[in-house]
Amino acid sequence: MADVVVERGRIARATGARKGSSLRNVLGRKSTVAFLLTLPLILLIGLLVLYPAFFSLYLATLNKAMTKFVGLSNFTFLFKRETFWMVVKQSCIFAITAVIFKALIGFIVAHFVHNIPGKKQRKWRGMLLVPWVIPPAMSTLAWLWLFDPSYSAFNYTLSFFGVGPIPWLGETFWARFSIILVNVWYGAPFFLIMYLAALKSVPDQLYEAAAIDGANWWQKIWYVTLPMMRNIIAITTLFSLIVTFANFDIVRILTSGGPLDTTHLFATWAFQVGIQSSDIPLGACVSLFMVPILAVAAIFILRDVTKRGNEA
Amino acid sequence: MSTFAIDKAGPSRKVKYGSMSRDRAWALRWSYFFLVLFAIFFLTPPIYMLITSLKSSAEISAATNPWWVFHPTLSNYVELLTSNQFLRFFWNSSIVSIVVVIITMLISIPAAFALARMKFWGSATLATGVFLTYLIPDSLLFIPLFKMLGVVQDYTGIMLLNRWYVLLFIYPTLTVPFCTWIMIGYFASIPKELDEAALIDGASWLQTLTRIFIPVALPGLIAATIFAFTVSWAQFLYPLVFTTSVDQLVLPVGITTTLIKGDVFNWGQIMTGALLGAAPPLIIYAFLMDYYIAGLTAGATKG
Repeated sequence: MADVVVERGRIARATGARKGSSLRNVLGRKSTVAFLLTLPLILLIGLLVLYPAFFSLYLATLNKAMTKFVGLSNFTFLFKRETFWMVVKQSCIFAITAVIFKALIGFIVAHFVHNIPGKKQRKWRGMLLVPWVIPPAMSTLAWLWLFDPSYSAFNYTLSFFGVGPIPWLGETFWARFSIILVNVWYGAPFFLIMYLAALKSVPDQLYEAAAIDGANWWQKIWYVTLPMMRNIIAITTLFSLIVTFANFDIVRILTSGGPLDTTHLFATWAFQVGIQSSDIPLGACVSLFMVPILAVAAIFILRDVTKRGNEA
Repeated sequence: MSTFAIDKAGPSRKVKYGSMSRDRAWALRWSYFFLVLFAIFFLTPPIYMLITSLKSSAEISAATNPWWVFHPTLSNYVELLTSNQFLRFFWNSSIVSIVVVIITMLISIPAAFALARMKFWGSATLATGVFLTYLIPDSLLFIPLFKMLGVVQDYTGIMLLNRWYVLLFIYPTLTVPFCTWIMIGYFASIPKELDEAALIDGASWLQTLTRIFIPVALPGLIAATIFAFTVSWAQFLYPLVFTTSVDQLVLPVGITTTLIKGDVFNWGQIMTGALLGAAPPLIIYAFLMDYYIAGLTAGATKG
């Protein structure tokens, strides 16, 4: 008897739903709700990220006045320009050197901070992360002032050691050095924080076991710390490689590409060509050259991230 | 034989303990020494900003010891904080950052909820896509976006270029992917029993989201908010490209373009402006450091 009642109720409800407006039915379905919830995200990414990315491919095939399709001649034009190859070279030098130094400094400082006990560690960590918190455009201004040709505080200090005034931003070598220095200063704290988090997740037993086996500090780092941190190191480095390669603020404010275009990166050169000289197709073309290296780094990051997901 | 071995192990182990603690004390001393060196390296620019901001133009051009303030003055601060132009930059930056944070949350929380809890066709692909979008840098998109805004402006007649409000639509491309990504991580870590219980009690999806997920994942939400705010506050390339008139500029662009007049660098004011511009993120960081760091590490560890 009870069964029948339940059964009847279900039938009644089912027919009622069928009779009710099909719109409400669709709206109530889980997948529809999910779709509606993600719709703004999809629209944003589609309209303001994916569409411009492909639009930039199209732009790169137009002539300067954007009236005529010229195929790949923008690309071949770039290949013939010396400045372009200089930008390629400088971007690679800059990104690789800066990332290596950021990773090294981050790794070393993370160990030092890790050694500090308890509450003091928090203070040191808080202090050392400050460069990452200040907007890069603002902190680069401070560096620009530190590098000032006539009032440089660095040169003032160095003069006491008998080191002559260094043309921080005036000569190609020093300008490249300064830009890398500023980028390392800005980015190393990020590595520091990531590595510190990774160091904390290495179980102490592993170090104790290594100590019992007679490992010295170097062997502990090489056989315990590094393998345990491998994934974080890989993700952080690849991520930083992307960000560093696409850097704009530091070079733009410090040198604007000078002296003689020798410190231009893809982003700053694309800005100069595309916006300041208003040759939009050529600028789009220049920035597109970032895509291959970004894509390679992104594929590796994605592999690591999904691997982590599977492990967890 | 065996007792003899144990006897021998006793004293040698004791000695080892002693040397280990001595080693540790030395390691600590060396750590402090190097940390002080690195702290000097990391903190020199902000401290130098502060030193210069307290100097008058006369003292700066007199080329006295740059690391010391002989006649501290607040005139730079007074001048900037009473200048309508600078206040306008500050106002533009604040309104843009705050509205962008709101837009970001409105887009990324529902999306993260759907991606973390409702498995639907393509949800895994979409989550991966969100992460990949985060890796697309602003320097790749500014030229096509500039052109797109120009085209839309010509078609519709709505002024888009050289207007600060266009940044409200552009900045979310930088903030939404990362915020969605870390919110997916936070939402996914909430036990399923919690929202199942809510559903059994008759809560709708929306109620589950607002009554269960948002309160439980509040730390993640704060981390995401901080991230969105600092990114929008610091963004330099897009406003540099899209806005040119002085009254439309945000702080980073305003300071770099207007305070540098020709070849005359008024460094006292530039440093003051830079310090004031760096203040909001620094203050947020000082008070919410743990959330800030949680957001920073979440990208790689929550995946």
